Amino acid sequence: MSRLIRLDESGHTTLAEWTAEDPEAIEAAVAAFREELDRGYFAMISTGEGHAEQVRELPVNADLVIMRLPISGG
Amino acid sequence: MAAEPLPELAAVHWRPRVDARRLDRSAMLWLATTLAHVVPFIAAGLVLIAVQPLALPVALVSFAHAWVIPELYAARGANVVRRKRSRAPADAEERALGLLGDLVGHEARELHARTGLMLERGRLGVWLVGPAGALLVRPGGRRVGCYCVGVNDPDLPTGDRIAHLLLALRADEQGFATVANLAFMGARWRLRRRLERPLRPALKAAAAVACDLDSRATA
Repeated sequence: MSRLIRLDESGHTTLAEWTAEDPEAIEAAVAAFREELDRGYFAMISTGEGHAEQVRELPVNADLVIMRLPISGG
Repeated sequence: MAAEPLPELAAVHWRPRVDARRLDRSAMLWLATTLAHVVPFIAAGLVLIAVQPLALPVALVSFAHAWVIPELYAARGANVVRRKRSRAPADAEERALGLLGDLVGHEARELHARTGLMLERGRLGVWLVGPAGALLVRPGGRRVGCYCVGVNDPDLPTGDRIAHLLLALRADEQGFATVANLAFMGARWRLRRRLERPLRPALKAAAAVACDLDSRATA
C-alpha cells in the first residue's frame, strides 16, 4: 500500500492510499497530489539511505510520497 | 550532483551555489574577520602596557574585547539550534517524531532522542539538523558552519520542522546550504562553549564522523 502524506500541524495527515492495481485509488491520489502542489507544497520521495528527490508527478510505485512546505533562510 | 535543484533557490537567485570550495573560502573569511577583531585589541593592550604600565586595567579591557567579540559571533551561531518550546500539541509531536524516525537510521534516531538534533552525513560534511537551523561540521571536524534555516509555519511540530529540512537537505545538499543563512563559521571548540549543554554530545558525535570522513578522503 502506497501513501501520500502531508507534513502539517497534526504531525502528518494521510491524504491518499493506493495500490498499483486500484485505478480509482490512484486517480484520487493524483487529484490530492495536484491539489497540494497548487497549495504550494513540494512532493518528496526517498531514493535510498540519505537521499531524497523532489517529484512533480505522483510516482505511483513509490511507497511513501511526502508533501512539504518550502524552506527559507531565517 | 542533485537530480533537481531545490525550488527554493529561486528566492535567493543572486547567491552563488555553495560548494566545498566556497565553504573553504567562507571559513577563511571568517578567520580573517576574527583576526581583524582580535589582533588590534591585543596589540592595543600590549602597547598600552609598554607605554604606561599603570594602564594595565585599560589593557585588560582591551584583551577582554579581543576575547568577547569572537565569543559573541559563536553565540550567534549556537543560537540557530537553540531549543524552543513547541507550540504543537503533544500528540502531534508524537506523530511527527514517528515519521521522522522512519526517515532515519537507529544511530541518528538515538542521538536525536538525546539531543534534539538529527545527524545526517553529506558530501560537504556532517550535518546536525534542528527545528530552525543546522550545523555543518566540515570534514576533519575542526570547523563548523551554523545555518539559520527553517519552514515558515510556527504551528508545525518540532519533528516535522526537522523532517522538512532533512528532506530538502537530502534532495539537494548544496542548494540547502545556499538557501540557508550562514550565521557563523569557525572553530568547533569555540562553538561548543556556546552550545546548550544537552546539545554538545551531538556536536561531538558529528565531529567524530567528520574526522572519519577526512581520513577516508585523504586515504
